[in-house]
Amino acid sequence: MEATGSTPSLIRRAARPLADALRGRLTADLDDRDPDYIRENLPFAWLLSTLWFRGEVRDMDRIPEGGPVLLVGNHSGGNLTPDTTVFTLAFYTFFGVERRFHQLAHNLVLTSPIGPLLRRYGTVAASHDNARKALEAGAAVLVYPGGDWEVHRPSWKSGTVDFAGRKGFVRLAVEAGVPIVPVVSIGGQETALFLSHGQRLARALRLDRMFRLKVLPISLSLPWVVNVGDFMGHVPLPAKITIQVLDPIDLRDRYGKDPDPDEVYDDLTTSMQATLDELAAERRLPVIG
Amino acid sequence: MRIDRSVTIDAPRSRVWDYVTDPENYTEFMEGLTRWDVEGKPARGLGARYRVLIRVGSADVGGLIEVVEWSPEGDMAWSSVTGVDQRGRWRLREDSQGYTRVSFRFAYGVAGGGITGLLAERLASIPLGRRFMRSLENVKAALEEPGS
Repeated sequence: MEATGSTPSLIRRAARPLADALRGRLTADLDDRDPDYIRENLPFAWLLSTLWFRGEVRDMDRIPEGGPVLLVGNHSGGNLTPDTTVFTLAFYTFFGVERRFHQLAHNLVLTSPIGPLLRRYGTVAASHDNARKALEAGAAVLVYPGGDWEVHRPSWKSGTVDFAGRKGFVRLAVEAGVPIVPVVSIGGQETALFLSHGQRLARALRLDRMFRLKVLPISLSLPWVVNVGDFMGHVPLPAKITIQVLDPIDLRDRYGKDPDPDEVYDDLTTSMQATLDELAAERRLPVIG
Repeated sequence: MRIDRSVTIDAPRSRVWDYVTDPENYTEFMEGLTRWDVEGKPARGLGARYRVLIRVGSADVGGLIEVVEWSPEGDMAWSSVTGVDQRGRWRLREDSQGYTRVSFRFAYGVAGGGITGLLAERLASIPLGRRFMRSLENVKAALEEPGS
């Protein structure tokens, strides 16, 4: 019999509302996306993208005009990825807020104070089920396979596409029968000085088990100077963000009826890396671009 | 936000009208335009629809527009169906010397955009105003060019 009023029981009871609130924030409700809210907030995104990040998105017209599509990108810049801001603005101004578009984000981003706002933009927690539901609803879905690992890589590795071997997106595209459109971006890792993934620290604090966090990144950023975890975000330096959209890939057309995830992964990351190398060669100075 | 630019062209009104209402010409004379595609039928006239995008700052901005006013050799006006709220108008008038006075009016805005909406509209009007002026000069050059 459980001892009512014992310390562990009290802690569980006290923590329940918080746990329920967090679960609620992670539930995929595609209907949270609010086109009117997006339309009204595009000016802010435009100001941020244009004046602060000098965003440049090339070849948006390579994205199919309609129907579900899986946009697979590399990303950078800590928990508040400027790549996503710049690309989401470009997507909504190019296709209109009427086109259904969802972005997959790490749990930590959705449980942060800006989580509710992002959900109205169409952001849902990164999971196979959420992505599948969105694609079945006919949406364009933006996924960053590199997740928290890639986004917190050290700044001197900013010119590297690092998906950490995660290939779930291949299975997702095959199951849903949708094309993949690679999206390559550069500049986000110059918005702060990222020093370390902090893997050992994350393991020691058991963050992987509690929050699916494999890293506890350490960076030098504003206004914190030394920023551990990037839980509160940071003020990004005004680095120029450049994004290149590549041609769509129909996996069954190119790889046959039953595509090999390893082969698709290798080909995709190789072509994205080649594009990232070209974008890196265009840059003359960090931040300035 | 409303932008209004004008130019006088040494060409008959009918020629100017044919030129500025032909969707094929837009990507040639309109500066910063990345798309002016005909959507369905008719390609010209009342009810014609176009998918329009123009580069403003870091984004291609626009949407689907529909021609809502069509007075041959006088006025063509359009309004947005999807995308950014916008209205546009070509207004052609003949002056006393037989030249054609061409006005291009463009109004846009984001309802509910608040302070950032107002700021973005103001900032966007600077490059847009310049581009529309250059676009009118392009129309003038195309129609006044010897042999055109």
